[in-house]
Amino acid sequence: MALKVGITRFLGTNCDEDIRKWVLSKNHQAEYLWYEDRFDVNSYDMVILPGGFSHGDYLRCGALAAHTPLMKSVKEFAEKGKPVLGICNGFQILCEAGLLPGALLRNDSLRFKDELTTLTFKNTNNPFSKNAKTDQKIVLPIAHGEGHFYADSENLKKITDNQQVWLTYDQNPNGSLLNIAGVLNAQKNVCGLMPHPERALHTWMGSTDGEFFL
Amino acid sequence: MKIGIKIMPREVILDSQGRAVEQSMKMNGFSEVQDCRIGKYVEMNLSLEDKEAAKLQVEKMLKEGGLYNPLIEKFEIQLM
Repeated sequence: MALKVGITRFLGTNCDEDIRKWVLSKNHQAEYLWYEDRFDVNSYDMVILPGGFSHGDYLRCGALAAHTPLMKSVKEFAEKGKPVLGICNGFQILCEAGLLPGALLRNDSLRFKDELTTLTFKNTNNPFSKNAKTDQKIVLPIAHGEGHFYADSENLKKITDNQQVWLTYDQNPNGSLLNIAGVLNAQKNVCGLMPHPERALHTWMGSTDGEFFL
Repeated sequence: MKIGIKIMPREVILDSQGRAVEQSMKMNGFSEVQDCRIGKYVEMNLSLEDKEAAKLQVEKMLKEGGLYNPLIEKFEIQLM
């Protein structure tokens, strides 16, 4: 079934075109959503927040984007239980907006990490792991300076107990607690990850494991 | 009126930037540096005269406007 997918665009979003092509390749419809505008939550089946450096990464990564009119609609959309995916900066925005638990801090090495990583699916009971099995290993590229997942011990316990850990790194590249590379909200309809599935869709990209997500 | 907001990483957060600066200071012979943490300072000019009203508005900005993230940061408002 062809889905109507909304793709968010903030100032400084830069993976939007890759996401659009990925969505179109699945025979879905793709439409951009501008950060200053609200949208009708009934008009879309899925929303994806691409990566980039929204609003210059000023204040904190994702903080300014999280407080835009567009995100009010994304919150409303998520509250209806509809699927929302945030990749890299999109993940940071979802955390800052309170749609996902935790926060993303500077990599513990202080370095921008740009490499292929091996990940493990910890939970596939969500709209963006349909083609994957639990404990399955995949390879995806990362490209971030602030991907160190942090939550206090109380929230970390909640995340674990409630099976909200989506993906973990086999070799931790950034200091993320519990090696977390991706998390889910309690309802499992909002999903965020630092690696880029849209950059792993053809053999020449180094991996085709992005196919597990959409 | 002018208002200042000091935003610092909470103690439980490992401040890698602060740690890197601490190491650099030590390398430059400043061996007395025991700990270094790095935050940010925001200065704002508000169209308000009353200090209490200004403080209330800034608290709202911090909590509702996303000016700080309570999971990882703490703040201190400085009236000038």
